[in-house]
Amino acid sequence: MATKILIPTPLRPFTDKLDAVEIDGSNIGELLSNLTTKYGGLKQHLYSADGKLRSFVNIYVNDDDIRYLQKDKTPLKAGDTVSIIPSVAGGAPAITEALPELSGDEIKRYSRHLIMPEVGVEGQRKLKAAKVLCIGAGGLGSPAAMYLAAAGVGTLGIVDFDVVDFSNLQRQIIHGTPDVGRAKLASAKDRLNALNPNVHIETYEAALSSENALRLFAPYDVILDGTDNFPTRYLVNDACVLTGKPNAYGSIFRFEGQASVFATKEGPCYRCLYPEPPPPGLVPSCAEGGVFGVLPGIIGVIQATETIKLILGAGEPLIGRFLIYDALRMRFRELKLRKDADCPVCGTHPTVTKLIDYEQFCGVAPHQVAAAAAAPTSTDALTSKELKAELDRGDAVVIVDVREPQEYQINRLPGSILIPLGDLPKRYVELDPNANIVTQCKSGMRSAKAQDFLRSKGFTRVRNLTGGVLGWIDQVDPSQPKY
Amino acid sequence: MAIRLTTAVDGAIRAHGRETFPHECCGAMLGKDGVVTEAFKLPNTTEEGPRRRFLVRPDDYRVAEKRAREAGLELLGFYHSHPDHPARPSQYDLDHAWPFFSYVIVSVMAGEDKLLTSWRLKDDRSAFDEETVTNGD
Repeated sequence: MATKILIPTPLRPFTDKLDAVEIDGSNIGELLSNLTTKYGGLKQHLYSADGKLRSFVNIYVNDDDIRYLQKDKTPLKAGDTVSIIPSVAGGAPAITEALPELSGDEIKRYSRHLIMPEVGVEGQRKLKAAKVLCIGAGGLGSPAAMYLAAAGVGTLGIVDFDVVDFSNLQRQIIHGTPDVGRAKLASAKDRLNALNPNVHIETYEAALSSENALRLFAPYDVILDGTDNFPTRYLVNDACVLTGKPNAYGSIFRFEGQASVFATKEGPCYRCLYPEPPPPGLVPSCAEGGVFGVLPGIIGVIQATETIKLILGAGEPLIGRFLIYDALRMRFRELKLRKDADCPVCGTHPTVTKLIDYEQFCGVAPHQVAAAAAAPTSTDALTSKELKAELDRGDAVVIVDVREPQEYQINRLPGSILIPLGDLPKRYVELDPNANIVTQCKSGMRSAKAQDFLRSKGFTRVRNLTGGVLGWIDQVDPSQPKY
Repeated sequence: MAIRLTTAVDGAIRAHGRETFPHECCGAMLGKDGVVTEAFKLPNTTEEGPRRRFLVRPDDYRVAEKRAREAGLELLGFYHSHPDHPARPSQYDLDHAWPFFSYVIVSVMAGEDKLLTSWRLKDDRSAFDEETVTNGD
């Protein structure tokens, strides 16, 4: 009994250009065997070397795929039409192919990984092939980069433009005391190379920006967000969504840390959780509010853990889950997160389709810090030297220190009154609205807010101390410690 | 071997690659006598993650052949994009290639379309031969 077989375009060169042929056979196996005997050129395209039908060759009897019938035992009856229908597949080089081999040294180094089925040789080769970009070599980036390097991630990129400061060493363990004053990138690279010379370190001395983020992210598989401010956090999130790279997220403040994995295809992004940033100044930075030194160790290592799991495809990733860690109470909590269909960047109808001005989005005037440091007019601000001269002249000046009590214990201006910024709304009544007031904090940011607040309450003579207590120590009283 | 893409087709393939970035796009190329006159977008139905893979299911393949037949054209091959990867066929492309077809690959780096190349499977399936791509109407 002859059955009609429809031949797809790419196979017609092997069937004398016929789009249909008639072949005998009582079932599919027999039919295809007879077909490839008659038209020998077909065989290698339909069957792999081990004699099985190739995965992208689909055989249909009438409208049914033989995979759902009896496969090659599927019987044929008179009037059936058999179709050979291609699936067309392909793609960019994938993780599972062309994975780099491990050297003898690497096998020894990673032996504790290799003997676990969740990693194994293949997983370790995936790690070697993987590229991870750390945004920042600070509190979170330090432990994350060190563990990723130790674990054998093949390429580690680091974006940073800062210099190591003494105040970093309490938590940024990638840097050491002799590194103070060096570029963080140089210091981090030395440390990582010493830890694992097999790892290729790429450094980018730049502030991450809307102009460079997509280009920097392009070669990487996972982005690890170790940033400490909202504009960059939204920038990292949006760039991850736009480039399709998962964001191993972490953030820290005082004794509390957060971690999640954002911007995977199926999971939520940072904006699904926080569509809008908090008003500027509401959430203090670590420089203002402090941070427990061990905390970034915990959170950064969670980020590294999630990064490695994403690379290996192992376990349950922290996707759609928001982990909150409280170091003082030693508790982990977990919130469920859902992908928001209305999310402006990863939703079904995104309104953010390219990177925007994130400082404006977060209400931070560009170069606010630089502006605060610039010489302001004499009615708005004064320097420590000018203040010292006024005090020496015997002028009646009321210095209001708006820092926290712990900060006041470390250093202070002589005769200053402590009213923490948060207490000012209920305590400003203690001050004389006509007095000659100077507001002061650590470096001049919080005291500028205090100045604005007092003026809004009708205070007429309020000036802000440029550079804060740090400026005072630099210019007037080097005997006091800095923090 | 050579293939010619009309200006509109070249533009349509590149635009499709930018549109689906960071995921792969795919589509069929219809035409005659080695000239592609229509790029026919197809859904990328892979379950392995569209950042690195594309898959045209049998039903969609049938739609593409039907479209060619109705328009009096031939199915000349398929195109797909390589997001953040060069426009060179992967081992996976080779393992899944059909003879006779032209496989056009457009590299899309950080959302920008770059090099566009075309490939044909060698008769013994051992590798691809690169074919010349010309543009013009």
